[in-house]
Amino acid sequence: MLTVEGLHVRAALFRSIRRFFYEKGFLEVDTPVRAPLLLPERHISPVASDGWFLQPSPEQFMKRLLARGCRTIFQICPCFRAGERGSRHLTEFTMLEWYRVDSDYCDLMRDCEELVCYVLDDLAADDRFQSLLDRSCLRTVAVDPPWERLSVAQAFARHCPETVEQALATDRFDELLVEYVEPYLGRYGPAFLVDYPAVCASLARLKPNDESVAERFELYINGMELANGFSELTDGVRQRARFAEELAILEHQDGQQRKMPETFLRDLTAIDTAAGIAFGLDRFLMLLLSESCIDQAVSFGPDELG
Amino acid sequence: MYTASDLRKGLKIQIDGEPYIVVDFEFAKPGKGQALYRTKLRNMITGSQFSNTYRSNDKFEKPDLEERTMQYLYNQDDQYHFMDTANYDQLFLTKEQLGDNINYLIDNMEVEVLFFGARPIDISLPIFVNLLVTKADPWARGDTSGSDTKPVVVETGYQLQVPPFVEEGDKIQIDTRTGEYVTRVKE
Repeated sequence: MLTVEGLHVRAALFRSIRRFFYEKGFLEVDTPVRAPLLLPERHISPVASDGWFLQPSPEQFMKRLLARGCRTIFQICPCFRAGERGSRHLTEFTMLEWYRVDSDYCDLMRDCEELVCYVLDDLAADDRFQSLLDRSCLRTVAVDPPWERLSVAQAFARHCPETVEQALATDRFDELLVEYVEPYLGRYGPAFLVDYPAVCASLARLKPNDESVAERFELYINGMELANGFSELTDGVRQRARFAEELAILEHQDGQQRKMPETFLRDLTAIDTAAGIAFGLDRFLMLLLSESCIDQAVSFGPDELG
Repeated sequence: MYTASDLRKGLKIQIDGEPYIVVDFEFAKPGKGQALYRTKLRNMITGSQFSNTYRSNDKFEKPDLEERTMQYLYNQDDQYHFMDTANYDQLFLTKEQLGDNINYLIDNMEVEVLFFGARPIDISLPIFVNLLVTKADPWARGDTSGSDTKPVVVETGYQLQVPPFVEEGDKIQIDTRTGEYVTRVKE
């Protein structure tokens, strides 16, 4: 639960983010929170809602807006993921997503650098938040750009007893990432973990000159993952093949058949190149407020609703 | 059966035929990755601990654990004998199984004995027990130079620090979770 002071910080953060994107000429959009069909992803369990689903992310509709002709868009919205509950996870959380055409993941990383610096300057200019920012763990990391860009392969070589290839071969990539790599990322300044193995591409495009990795990155500060962004795969044929694989895995998990998101695939081919990112705002507020539990960064934690 | 998503601090699960309690728990899920349930577990029989990371599809048996109210009777060497207050069955636990609990056991005390299947593995004591002080140095009144506690021995042979006014023959209350003095008891 946030204190009244905390609620003011949260509001100031949201206001500052909006101002940042307005100044860059982004269009603020709001897309439906409920949908009859989701993009299939093996590790995301949706929350059902009256026969439909609550969005785990606004990405499907935001990308369809790109297809409609929008060039740069952003949105702050609630997202829902079943079973995700921990000191850094809420089933209902607040996401900032932004998408830009004619861009790739490098443009998004520069956006992140600018956004975080802009917001910190903005908050620092407000006398009410002085003492709070002085205590914030964002003060102990150097946020001046450029931030470190570390490939997944480099990060494993540096921090983990096994290589990425070994981790993938034994299906322990996530486990070893969490155990050995994540705690060391963004300790002294924000860091981007970049170029994920192709099997972890999700909806990201593979690197044109090295198809063993995807143009995908995660932003880390103080060992905490804050954002996931990538150059969008806009090749409908390749994306259909990836969805087919995800659908097969999901069906194997629970025996339920799901539909191929045809409308999304049709719209995807109308996009030339684009990049998009999801940025967890509750976690960013945790850092601002130096809180170790995400419940302390929202107006009401899940245990305070009843 | 429990699944990994049921894991939380304090949950008791069975692994390889032995009961374990979750002493530490953390949910983790890297972006786009799988849910990971990071736990530290303590074996409820041996007390040994280990850490392990589980995934969504991991499943655990519920251990067959049951508590029965029993009365402590006596000890003979390293065997501590108890009697079921409902059916008068008798059994014993070893000194090793009881650990620090033997510091607070007096004849006829009622305790909860934890069974794993038919096997007694542990006891839980009342949080507060009253024990007789059997050995204490007299308090030199007005002595302000010494420390503000002194050692005494209680009827079970357990030695602890108490305020200087506690005397031989007093009854004192002890917190069995910490082994510390709480108050002097008037009877």
